[in-house]
Amino acid sequence: MRIELTPRTSVSPVARALAPVAAFITSFLIAGFVIWLMGRSPIDAFDVYVLQPLSDPWSLQELLVKATPLALIAIGLSYCFRASLWNIGAEGQYVMGAIFGSWLALKTHGTDAGTWVLPLMLILGVIGGALYGLIPAFLKTRFGVNEILTSLMLVYVAQLTLDYLARGPWRDPKGFNFPQSVTFDTAATVPPILEAGRVHYGFVFALIAVAVTAVVLGRTLFGYRLKLTGDAPRAARFAGFSSKATVMAVFAISGGLAGLAGITEVSGQIGQIQPSISPGYGFTAITVAFLGRLNPIGILVAALVVALTFIGGESAQIMLKLPLDLTQAFQGILLLCVLAADALVSNRIRLVARGGGK
Amino acid sequence: MFSCKLFGAVAGVAVAALSATGALAQAKDKIKVGFIYVGPVGDHGWSYQHDQGRQAIEKAFPGKVTTTFVESVPEADSERAIEQLARTGHDLIFTTSFGFMEPTLKVAKKYPNIKFEHATGFKRAPNLATYAAKFHEGRYIIGQIAGKMTKSNTIGYVGAFPIPEVIAGINAFYLGAQSVNPDVKIKIVFANTWYDPAKEGDAAKALLDQGVDMLAQHTDSPAPIQAAEARGKFGFGQASDMERFAPKAQLTAIVDNWNDYYVERTKAVLDGTWKSQDVWGGIDSHMVVMSPYKNMPDDVKKLAQETEAAIKAGTLNPFKCPVIGQDGKEIECKGNGALSDEQVLGMNFYVKGIEDKIPQ
Repeated sequence: MRIELTPRTSVSPVARALAPVAAFITSFLIAGFVIWLMGRSPIDAFDVYVLQPLSDPWSLQELLVKATPLALIAIGLSYCFRASLWNIGAEGQYVMGAIFGSWLALKTHGTDAGTWVLPLMLILGVIGGALYGLIPAFLKTRFGVNEILTSLMLVYVAQLTLDYLARGPWRDPKGFNFPQSVTFDTAATVPPILEAGRVHYGFVFALIAVAVTAVVLGRTLFGYRLKLTGDAPRAARFAGFSSKATVMAVFAISGGLAGLAGITEVSGQIGQIQPSISPGYGFTAITVAFLGRLNPIGILVAALVVALTFIGGESAQIMLKLPLDLTQAFQGILLLCVLAADALVSNRIRLVARGGGK
Repeated sequence: MFSCKLFGAVAGVAVAALSATGALAQAKDKIKVGFIYVGPVGDHGWSYQHDQGRQAIEKAFPGKVTTTFVESVPEADSERAIEQLARTGHDLIFTTSFGFMEPTLKVAKKYPNIKFEHATGFKRAPNLATYAAKFHEGRYIIGQIAGKMTKSNTIGYVGAFPIPEVIAGINAFYLGAQSVNPDVKIKIVFANTWYDPAKEGDAAKALLDQGVDMLAQHTDSPAPIQAAEARGKFGFGQASDMERFAPKAQLTAIVDNWNDYYVERTKAVLDGTWKSQDVWGGIDSHMVVMSPYKNMPDDVKKLAQETEAAIKAGTLNPFKCPVIGQDGKEIECKGNGALSDEQVLGMNFYVKGIEDKIPQ
């Protein structure tokens, strides 16, 4: 006997909307069972993991902080993924954006440079990320090199460049030779939205990116072109759309947004250049993009959900002494359930008796 | 008990000012102590040893102290985890990696009534103390053992990152080896990670392939010493006693013993006597402990024990002047007969005889 998946001809929008909800419930049930097996109360775990972070102003703020880079990067990735272009290198574009922008912050450090520093840093961040994203795009359009490999491998190049800068030319001369730069001046810092809070204007950028993307993908010819290039490349060519121009455009957008995420994170959160500036945001954002089904609003929600799993996971370690591995396993279960729910909604399962196939 | 290094005086003044305003903590009956680890507690190295210290606290004050830890906290995203501990009623918080320095400082400023202790950093505040250990003392001893025991006359070193602490360790190791074997050669590989068994193991194999028969490591997993064991060569445990991973290969291990320090600082909070300070403990203060010398001839063992005793007594300093740099020029001696603490803490040069270059 084997299991066969056949695509459903029509899927009700209600089922599509309920699929992630069902996925959440299922993953919580699985995780709850594991926690119960470990001799802890699943109810307490749910409370600490989900309810408390969502009911406390401090952790709500932290949620936005953590979701900001994830949403920005994932929004950018959605342009690539919609066109079936696999940019796996957002982490590198994030780092390169941070490097470009930080150059100005360090150049103007200790001077009276005014309010123009920060906007220019952000623009530099976008340019850095976009240029870095264009490398795999160029290699693909010019030489037909697989963009998955080049974009991924360029991550390491970017990380090592940052490493070199933090240990070498950009090192704080008064920092006992430790690998980190001076801390940025106020003029080079993305200000917090609320005074003394941790949420900075990077979150506003993420919201703008969501809104703009919703319009671009839903209501413009460019958005239609992306979808067509992804779903039916031949049809797109017949329609006169240049696939090369599309490749370049989506990689530039994707890289630019990752670069913006990089510079806002370094400038708004970390406040200095150090060898490591990301706990893997560029890779986690791939998950976020798919969890959000490449839909801008969906991505924003997915970024908040993934951020919640990190913050809830830390609370679970502190309050319930649950191990970190469980948090990570839970993230995996959640993604699997969401993907499975999607597959089940758009496909019909059939059990086929052995030999009863074609 | 502990030597105080840089800025101790400054911190002292700050504490005095604070106590004058009456903000100094009172004695407490029950406290919570929190820990932030950079690696998993199961790394059997750095984070593992800090967790041993945490457990020592629980044992020392039953019913009075509860402890919490958060493991594998990425340095670039640690501020929230530290603040979570601060917000959940912890009275004393240890952040145990250099990369937590700025986030710890930020959170410490926000929560002036909570005590913070940051390992291996140099930024302090009235409620933020720092502590570190002179592991280079132990590395001088294992250098002597390696220099004596090597047959290929080539010893190897798996480093994590070319930061001052690691560089000082490499220099101390090589100076130790040179003191008993002037012609010995050293090969160095940086794994660019504190904890990644696969990368560390690869680095170790690369060194063994190049004829290294004595392997020191400044990364946290047992992978390098296990690689030495598999090839029938020798190695030294890092941070914890790794004998069970390499019973034939481990000559000794440099054990980070945070237990005494953590218990002492917890007691200080309980008593209301905690003060911001800067501590740099070595073999003499029991922060650096050599695990039993094994798998070596008696004369080498005797030498190691004598060196250990001399360092403990303060008659031997691995960085006694003159220290000669790679270019053959003497390093300016800023300390009392040896390099100053500041010079060791900010070390960014290799000593003469090391043919590598520090990666920049």
